[in-house]
Amino acid sequence: MIRFISAIIRRDLLLVARQPAEMINPLVFFVLVVALFPLGVSPEASLLSQTAAGVIWVAAMLATLLSLELLFKLDHDDGSLEQLLLAPYPSWTLVLAKVFVHWLVSGLPLILISPLIAMMLFLPSEAVPTLMLSLLLGTPTLSLLGAIGAALVTGVRGGGMLLTLLILPLYVPVIIFGASSVAAAAQGMPVDGYMALLAAMFVFALMITPWAAGSALKL
Amino acid sequence: MYFESVGELWRMAGHGPYVWSCYGLFMVLLAVNVLHSRSERLNALKQAKAFIRRNRN
Amino acid sequence: MAQFSWHMPRWFHQMGSPKWFYNFGGLLQPWFALAAVALLTCGMVWGLAFAPADYQQGNSFRIMYVHVPSAILSQSIFLSMAIAGAIGLIWKMKIAFMVARSCIAIGATFTLIALVTGAIWGKPTWGAYWVWDARLTSTLVLLFLYAGVMALNQAISERQIAGKATAILAIVGTINIPIIKYSVEWWNTLHQSSSFSLTEKPSMPAEMYLPLLLTVLGSYFLFGLVVLIRTRSQILQTQNGASWLLQHKDIYGAK
Repeated sequence: MIRFISAIIRRDLLLVARQPAEMINPLVFFVLVVALFPLGVSPEASLLSQTAAGVIWVAAMLATLLSLELLFKLDHDDGSLEQLLLAPYPSWTLVLAKVFVHWLVSGLPLILISPLIAMMLFLPSEAVPTLMLSLLLGTPTLSLLGAIGAALVTGVRGGGMLLTLLILPLYVPVIIFGASSVAAAAQGMPVDGYMALLAAMFVFALMITPWAAGSALKL
Repeated sequence: MYFESVGELWRMAGHGPYVWSCYGLFMVLLAVNVLHSRSERLNALKQAKAFIRRNRN
Repeated sequence: MAQFSWHMPRWFHQMGSPKWFYNFGGLLQPWFALAAVALLTCGMVWGLAFAPADYQQGNSFRIMYVHVPSAILSQSIFLSMAIAGAIGLIWKMKIAFMVARSCIAIGATFTLIALVTGAIWGKPTWGAYWVWDARLTSTLVLLFLYAGVMALNQAISERQIAGKATAILAIVGTINIPIIKYSVEWWNTLHQSSSFSLTEKPSMPAEMYLPLLLTVLGSYFLFGLVVLIRTRSQILQTQNGASWLLQHKDIYGAK
């Protein structure tokens, strides 16, 4: 089973390496969305630093959603998904492997680039570690919950818009606690509670996603 | 009745528009749901009858 | 899914038979209609004209008699939908998927009513139609959840698959509802947008409370009525040419 999982991970990473646009596009999208806010609202530092936490989290969420659409779609279209589901391993192993690669490719780069974005939005520098930690705990949850939606809309025409509709309501708690933790850190307040909650949500998503996405794929 | 007159009941000391629009919305939207499901049922019945008639002959 | 399946009583499996559900539902239907109309009429007339006004909110408080039932039903229906979906997935019962499907529109309607009446109630109470109050916000998220379920159900043309996909989404949504509610409430206390919640009363006298009980019960019966009608229509659509249907009085009766 471990070999099955690692084989999928290796294969998917190889596919990404051959087509790096898949990894770069969400990242560019993330930076672009963030850059639109000063243009649309105001470049004033005091205003931006107040809204920075929320803006970064919303942008991260949208970037994750954007890349989720293809999570199972490419494999479904070329028929390899069917073959993978026929393998003598439970479907949740496939889901977990796919989600892990998705997070490596879309979540991790967001975390790495977030200090730069934080600087552009004048987020106080003492909040930057919290921002990175909250993204580290939160983006896997986004990938996991999103995989449920991606599995449900696989094979449905116009799945991208539908996916957004299905998944965004489920993201509400993540954005509330993620953005609040950064705002709290910016005001010099303790953030342990937020991190515990984000971690709890990650564990919770880890429990339901394998079942939900696995059975959705088998439909 | 709690109110002195029908006019009072309608005005509700200034809150009439809010209260009556809520009750109206409640009734209209629920009635639409019932009527829609009713017409769905009539359609389904008609189709079932047509299906049976087709297969009889 | 589900290799596990424990022993269930006979009536449970009977419920999964289209014929049985169709006939039994047909028996219940008029009584549900009667109960819904009677309870809702009594409750609403009582609430509008006979219940005393609230000492704090005045007559706008009467909105409660339609707002609270809608809010309660919006959540109960989502839960019912998930339970029906789970039954369908576990025992492979087609009727359960039909029931879940029948819940979507009426549930979304109650949610919409709860949201709009809440906003209208907010105007005389807070002075604004929309306040980011915890209850209103989580109802809004619930409406989005319904929208997702509805969209997914309509996007998949194959009935069987649509039923299963909807069931999975409804279950995931239901597990998430308490988390969403908790997080929104917490977020609300953080920002303190409103200190005054609409329906939290320390104690309500009976003449204020009883009409509410009537409208809540009436709404449940109305929900039951709509689910019965819609599920039975779906049975008609999928049971084309089944032998029990050929002789049914709904098809060949009272012409």
